[in-house]
Amino acid sequence: MERVHTLAIQATSDPRFIGEVERASGQQISHCYQCGNCSASCAYTYVYDYPANQIMRLVQLGQKDIVLTSKAIWLCAACQACTTRCPCNIDVAKVMESLRVLSRQEKKVSGRDIQLFYDEFLKLVKRFGRVFETGLLPLFGMKAKKPFTDMDLAPRVIRKGKLGLIPHKVKGRKHVEGIFERFEAYCSRREKDKG
Amino acid sequence: MPVELKPKKTTVAYYQGCSLEQMASEFDVSTRVVCDALGVELVEIPDWSCCGSTPAHSYDPLLSAALSGRNLAIAEQQGFDVVMTPCPGCLKALKGALKVFKDPNKREAFLEILQMPFQGNIQAVSNLQLYFETIGTEAIRNRVTKPLTSLSIVPYYGCLISRPPDFMQFDDPENPISMDRILEALGASVPEFPFKTECCGATYGVTRNEIVGKLTGRILDMANRVGAQAIAVSCPLCQQNLDLRQAQVNRYWRRDFHMPVLYISQFMGLAFGVEPESLGIDKLFVEADSLLDILSREGERDQSVGGKMA
Ligand code: SF4
Ligand code: SF4
Repeated sequence: MERVHTLAIQATSDPRFIGEVERASGQQISHCYQCGNCSASCAYTYVYDYPANQIMRLVQLGQKDIVLTSKAIWLCAACQACTTRCPCNIDVAKVMESLRVLSRQEKKVSGRDIQLFYDEFLKLVKRFGRVFETGLLPLFGMKAKKPFTDMDLAPRVIRKGKLGLIPHKVKGRKHVEGIFERFEAYCSRREKDKG
Repeated sequence: MPVELKPKKTTVAYYQGCSLEQMASEFDVSTRVVCDALGVELVEIPDWSCCGSTPAHSYDPLLSAALSGRNLAIAEQQGFDVVMTPCPGCLKALKGALKVFKDPNKREAFLEILQMPFQGNIQAVSNLQLYFETIGTEAIRNRVTKPLTSLSIVPYYGCLISRPPDFMQFDDPENPISMDRILEALGASVPEFPFKTECCGATYGVTRNEIVGKLTGRILDMANRVGAQAIAVSCPLCQQNLDLRQAQVNRYWRRDFHMPVLYISQFMGLAFGVEPESLGIDKLFVEADSLLDILSREGERDQSVGGKMA
């Protein structure tokens, strides 16, 4: 994959970044000694712009922008292979997850279509309390301007009687909605305390 | 001779999650049938809601914890101390909620967002954990009436069932064996399968189709090479990628895989003598007729030689 950044380590280093990531993930990034086990275990290395071990190194070097705008953090499938094999007991998958959260907070998301898919999913949870995957596919296709994503699968799914047209509403969906609202309120309070 | 199961019934709270309500309905149906046959009573958590899955995790683990926590809190209110879910994604979310609750730095925020009484005196387990640890392969073997002797089946575990090890606390992270042992108890031959935990492409079927094409294709190819006639899975997402998307994989690799992918509970049900329709075998996209034919031919042969010793 094409590299979009030229490294100018000193000029772009944000020394607070490693601390931020360590706090968010609860992992000691400084323990990483670049053995490369995580990248070797990762089924997605071939589509990453920076393999997992390089993401770790870039965090150590305070390269906040590069890391938070990387495609890798959004292509990570949270499969846990890296975490299972890191000899330093670093939960690499957790670090990748925290980086996704940070990249969203800092509005630096590169995997926009993936974020969009996640957002549509959460909107359905907020509204109905449960999710209907098959209802989500066409919705996602339209929003991402890829209306034909998986259209080849639709007739087969219908034939098997697996397309639920009306989402099942949870009786306590107001409570589920409340969880989202209280979470949002908590986040903005946390933001204010920080700033 | 089939041994009667101990009359003592195990009762657990049951969280099927959204996938099992729709795309993976056969996983739900077959799990209920098999648990009933093994004397485990499943009580669906009343008015359960979505665990938030990967999207909530990627948004904020705290949101994920509160969404999953609602279901744990309801189950706890009902007096359960164990909740079983067949979906590894849901299990990860439920366990994640317990972890957040147990973290003194996060508990307060968690409860504030949840707004429900919750003590955390509940444990989340997978279907495999229930079969393998609570029920045991011996009891499963004793329940078999139609052994799968003529079938060669590889178990595909996927990413999450035993990983990360400290978190899941079940089976081996590199070489899990619970499904191997269950399949053996059902009478099947289980070839060595090196891709037990290789990732199938997860949710990228929707956003990055070609990734699933590539990764799932490797798994099907390996199953083929080791001579499997079918794959056993225990995850709705793995099943969807291997089964529903098998046609896409065939296009991607220009191959002609025709590999039935059944849930472990469907294989258990067949071996317990349950009719295929009651296990949702007809819901599979890659038809399992060839397997059913082999099994019924074997059944006839057994009968013609006087059946098994009664
Ligand atoms: S496996 Fe662990 S120590 Fe090795 S490069 Fe990856 S994070 Fe660093
Ligand atoms: S969790 Fe993410 S980074 Fe780690 S191996 Fe899996 S896909 Fe790769």
